[in-house]
Amino acid sequence: MKNKTKNGTGLHIVKRASISWYKAMGIRAIALVCAILVCAIVTWALTRESPLEVMATIFGGSFASQRRFWVMMQDLSVLLLISLAMAPAFRMKFWNIGGEGQVMIGCLATAACMITLGNRLPNGLVILLSLISAVIAGGIWGLIPAVCKAKWNTNETLFTLMMNYVAIQLCAYFIILWEKPKGSGKVGIINQSSHAGWLPVIGRYKYLLTVIVAAAVTIFIFCYMKYSKHGYELAVVGESQNTARYVGIRVGRVIVRTMLLSGAVCGLTGFMLVAGSDHTITTTLANGRGFTAVLVAWMAKFNPFGMIFTSFLITFMSKGAGEVATNFNLNESFSDILTSIIIFFLIGCEFFIQYRIVRKKEAK
Amino acid sequence: MFNFVAFIPSAVKQSIPLLLGSTGETLTEKSGNLNLGIPGIMYVGAISGVIGSFFYENHLTAVNASINPILGIAIPILCSLLGSLLMGLLYCFLTVNLRANQNVTGLAMTTFGVGFGNFFGGSLIKLTGSDVPSISLRATSGCFQKTLPFANKTGVVGKLLFSYGFLAYTAIIIAILAALFLRKTRLGLQLRAVGENPGTADAAGINVSKYKYIATCVGSMIAGLGGLYYVMDYASGVWSNNAFGDRGWLAIALVIFTVWRPDLSIFASILFGGLYILYLYIPTGTNMAIKEIYKMFPYLVTIAVLIIMSMLNKKENQPPAALGLPYFREDR
Repeated sequence: MKNKTKNGTGLHIVKRASISWYKAMGIRAIALVCAILVCAIVTWALTRESPLEVMATIFGGSFASQRRFWVMMQDLSVLLLISLAMAPAFRMKFWNIGGEGQVMIGCLATAACMITLGNRLPNGLVILLSLISAVIAGGIWGLIPAVCKAKWNTNETLFTLMMNYVAIQLCAYFIILWEKPKGSGKVGIINQSSHAGWLPVIGRYKYLLTVIVAAAVTIFIFCYMKYSKHGYELAVVGESQNTARYVGIRVGRVIVRTMLLSGAVCGLTGFMLVAGSDHTITTTLANGRGFTAVLVAWMAKFNPFGMIFTSFLITFMSKGAGEVATNFNLNESFSDILTSIIIFFLIGCEFFIQYRIVRKKEAK
Repeated sequence: MFNFVAFIPSAVKQSIPLLLGSTGETLTEKSGNLNLGIPGIMYVGAISGVIGSFFYENHLTAVNASINPILGIAIPILCSLLGSLLMGLLYCFLTVNLRANQNVTGLAMTTFGVGFGNFFGGSLIKLTGSDVPSISLRATSGCFQKTLPFANKTGVVGKLLFSYGFLAYTAIIIAILAALFLRKTRLGLQLRAVGENPGTADAAGINVSKYKYIATCVGSMIAGLGGLYYVMDYASGVWSNNAFGDRGWLAIALVIFTVWRPDLSIFASILFGGLYILYLYIPTGTNMAIKEIYKMFPYLVTIAVLIIMSMLNKKENQPPAALGLPYFREDR
């Protein structure tokens, strides 16, 4: 920014032409270590417990028992799925922060199928119809802002944000319609006795199916973005819409198509949440993960395999911080503070990957 | 029958946090910074004020004194301004100096701010080891809620115009001042230049980073006051987690709704405030579910406005041209 600083140190910022991957990783690792140090200081200041003890508690949040490990894997998979949904749109520089709503509408569609069709149609058919309707519902929720963006260049950030609340209120409406028992304001476990519309459990592992789906979608999105023509087109649109138009890519169509995919994967996540693990619907089922997913995708630079790591990091920290909060009788929002400290450091360190600071030689 | 005399004052009370938030965000956006951290900043502004007056009131109980109105107002306001200033500085440091993506930084700030507010709201009593059952700052809130002495004597007019605490009037004054600043002053013109085309502004000798810093920090502080108004005046000094809800996002939507004009925001925020609580005033009978549909109104209206604005595509109604883009002199 400044070529000469007033104090005469002559520090000066230069954009890097390229950086080796191990250097980039090294910078990120340093940022992560700094972030963990700050987290440790904050935790110590609030609990006055020895940092080692706290570390053990954080680690225990995810690994203390087999059950905790699987819950962590489930949360990781859900977060990863939503992040994967976000990635293609972000690569296209379409700021979809409506993941929350797209997941919720998927949940709603699944719950609707389970409640209205369960026990009337064969179980397999109910599951299939739930899946299809959830994917379509999520797709539509992503499609509406995309069409307006393509046609009139409507601001997509706010549009998708507002769609979140429309979806949540819609869920709230149906929850009251379906509430059971009447007046409780809750839907309760859907088809508790018949298990109609519930996804099958693989072996003893209730959450294994979500993990497998997340793994499959990771590979699919990776191939879609890296090897398919669609993936190439959306990358060009993200780099420069004018270039895209010049080479004959129909920008509007790419935007609509990508958001349809994005919304559909979110809808699938909603389906996994309702049919696979929770078997109920509440307005907080997505639990802010639509927003966290934006950060997860960004920190991994939209690389699906990088997202496995970043979503693990976030899930691990929030489980661990939750455990610390419970042990010390603190509020559970403690985990939000710790995870956002890590995110701040990881966002900030990108600067040192893209730019380097050099000392300018003294001019006479 | 629809009760307008009860409805309008509560719509206005709802509107003040939105007005302060959107005025702050407008100033910020005029410098080219799209600060999606406003919801978080409003939480931080609210909880910082709460922490300040919590200590003050505890001190008062300890020495068995009654509240000094000047200190009772000054302490929360200063704490709130300081808290939101720090958030603004963090945002500027990340986006201006480190050139981080503004959307991502903003979302992270919102996660942080909401978490920060809920954490201290939920743990303050435990952390300070005091023996009160919940955070309820009646005395401080009494100072904030004080209305003009003749408000209750002038009937309907008094109820509609004079029944609010001083921060409500401050908010309207701030909005008018911000509008005048942006449109009538040289500094305002230069700020708009930074938001429209930082390269040109830089060439004209304007210090782009400085303008971005000041506009964003002042904007954050104004928005933080919105959070403070909510907890001290609207909620009568009672902190409950997540009670502030999604008002921060609505404030950002208001910026677009008002085409970046804080003076329009005074009326638009009352409209939004009204939509926000309309469900309480529409008779529904036994159909409780339909209330949830009515709660959708503010969001649907925002969506409709967004679409209509983009369809009309008028030059004077567009966002600042460089909104959301980092500025790096050597990049050109």
